[in-house]
Amino acid sequence: MTEVTADFEGAHGPKPRRTFSRRNIFLYGTLIMVALYYMLPLYVMIVTSLKGMPEIRLGNIFAPPVEITFQPWVKAWAEACTGLNCDGLSRGFWNSVRITIPSVIVSIAIASVNGYALANWRFKGANVFFTILIFGAFIPYQVMLYPIVILLREIGLYGTLWGLVVVHSIFGMPILTLLFRNYFTSLPEELFKAARVDGAGFWGIYFQIMLPMSLPIFVVAMILQVTGIWNDFLFGVVYTKPDIYPMTVQLNNIVNSVQGVKEYNVNMAATILTGLVPLVIYFVSGRLFVRGIAAGAVKG
Amino acid sequence: MAKIAAIPMILTALCVFVGGTLWTVVYSFTSSKLLPKTNWVGLDQYERLWNTNRWIVSIENLMIYGICSLIFSLVIGFVLAALLDQKIRFENTFRTIILYPFALSFIVTGLVWQWILNPDFGVQNIVRSLGWASFEFDPLYNQDIVIYGILIAGLWQGTGLIMVLMLAGLRGIDQEIWKAARVDGIPTWKTYIFIVIPMMRPVFITTLVLIASGIVRVFDLVVAQTSGGPGIASEVPAKYVYDTMFLRQNLGQGFAASTMMLLAVAIVIIPWAYLEFGSRKRD
Repeated sequence: MTEVTADFEGAHGPKPRRTFSRRNIFLYGTLIMVALYYMLPLYVMIVTSLKGMPEIRLGNIFAPPVEITFQPWVKAWAEACTGLNCDGLSRGFWNSVRITIPSVIVSIAIASVNGYALANWRFKGANVFFTILIFGAFIPYQVMLYPIVILLREIGLYGTLWGLVVVHSIFGMPILTLLFRNYFTSLPEELFKAARVDGAGFWGIYFQIMLPMSLPIFVVAMILQVTGIWNDFLFGVVYTKPDIYPMTVQLNNIVNSVQGVKEYNVNMAATILTGLVPLVIYFVSGRLFVRGIAAGAVKG
Repeated sequence: MAKIAAIPMILTALCVFVGGTLWTVVYSFTSSKLLPKTNWVGLDQYERLWNTNRWIVSIENLMIYGICSLIFSLVIGFVLAALLDQKIRFENTFRTIILYPFALSFIVTGLVWQWILNPDFGVQNIVRSLGWASFEFDPLYNQDIVIYGILIAGLWQGTGLIMVLMLAGLRGIDQEIWKAARVDGIPTWKTYIFIVIPMMRPVFITTLVLIASGIVRVFDLVVAQTSGGPGIASEVPAKYVYDTMFLRQNLGQGFAASTMMLLAVAIVIIPWAYLEFGSRKRD
């Protein structure tokens, strides 16, 4: 693998390499194997969801369907049962939509103002609260589960959709505040100072200068939050009631229910349906998604 | 004005993160059952906790899962990043494919792997139908290896993120270093192990902390993939806490268990914070 070619090339640009060198075969071979391995579960999900149950019982889970049927998808969406309700995953889907939209808006609104206040206004004690917030991100959720139950009960939101919005805003806060703080700190300070001199206030500067300049970071935050909140299970199961369970909770109840005959094709269709929203966001947003998780992770 | 605008943050920091944590720790010394009450029992809950078989199993599982997951995700993540860093074509495609599981929830991950590892239809069945009739691979139905079945799913979901972080770290290495190493005739693998990896120490430490704090939280994956079974063979601490608090209405016990989880995280986080922020004061 060591190519100590005595090259004198002063010129830049890629070295002309033979396409089928041993190195390349090894390199691409490994990467293709890895890529296939990572694709496999998605492939199995899709293939299984398109087969009928008799075919699943006979065959091999990796084989493509002989007879393609969309019945499992229809059933998963509209007829699958959780407990006594048999209106399918569609209910969970709409619940998740109703949970995700306000949660994303509220959490980003709060966190962006936090980040702005931390980056530009530096009020007394700001760093203390920020440090607590960052450390808070590492506290296992289990430690705070019950105190939040009490808190929500006190303000009358326990078991409601808005209660869950509050919870998502709280737990999204550390990472989002960090994201916005770092972004606002990177903007030229002269802008802020000039606006101050012109007499603009806290909100004036936020809405007229900071917001328009930071659309990219808002998109990153949105991607982060939509996938995070959509994928949440723990908070959904703890803080809501069965009729507003998010999609992940309902999916788990459908697939892992002990009653009835297991319909693997319906289960897999339901699983893909639940994963579809974050997957679409991921494939559409591409680099921004990576930027979001990297920003969250590197300094988190 | 800035202070008023920051009220949600201040409330979250003080009431939820500090207040909630202290509250849980304090109430872990009570015998609360269905509702939190202040009848103090000292360390009784902790004693009971460490005498509970299910908790011991949970801790053992977390240790196995944690250590394996740390080692494998660091090694796999780094190797994949190094492979992608060879100025290859289709780098974006490969990266997109390896990272996509990270966009999926643990519930989805758990359910897919539950299906693939299903002994009657999945991998075991296929290898058997290829002619190896005595082949056995049923991690989700075998108490001794069930935790590795969960590990496979966890790694599939999480290594992409580690790879991306490592790749960012590798890109941060000065190209001159590579040139110098090449001039000196140091083989590539040696350059990686003795020069590049030591230079990437900060990236490794951050990744380590990230993986470690993620491991303690493992919950949804187990719920979806095995529901803690067979028996109690794949229970984890986070699930123990949830079950005792919300299903068995034994709050005090749940608080004690979650305090232990907090302690475990503190053991990882505090030295890291000390290293990271203690030595060089920023801001």
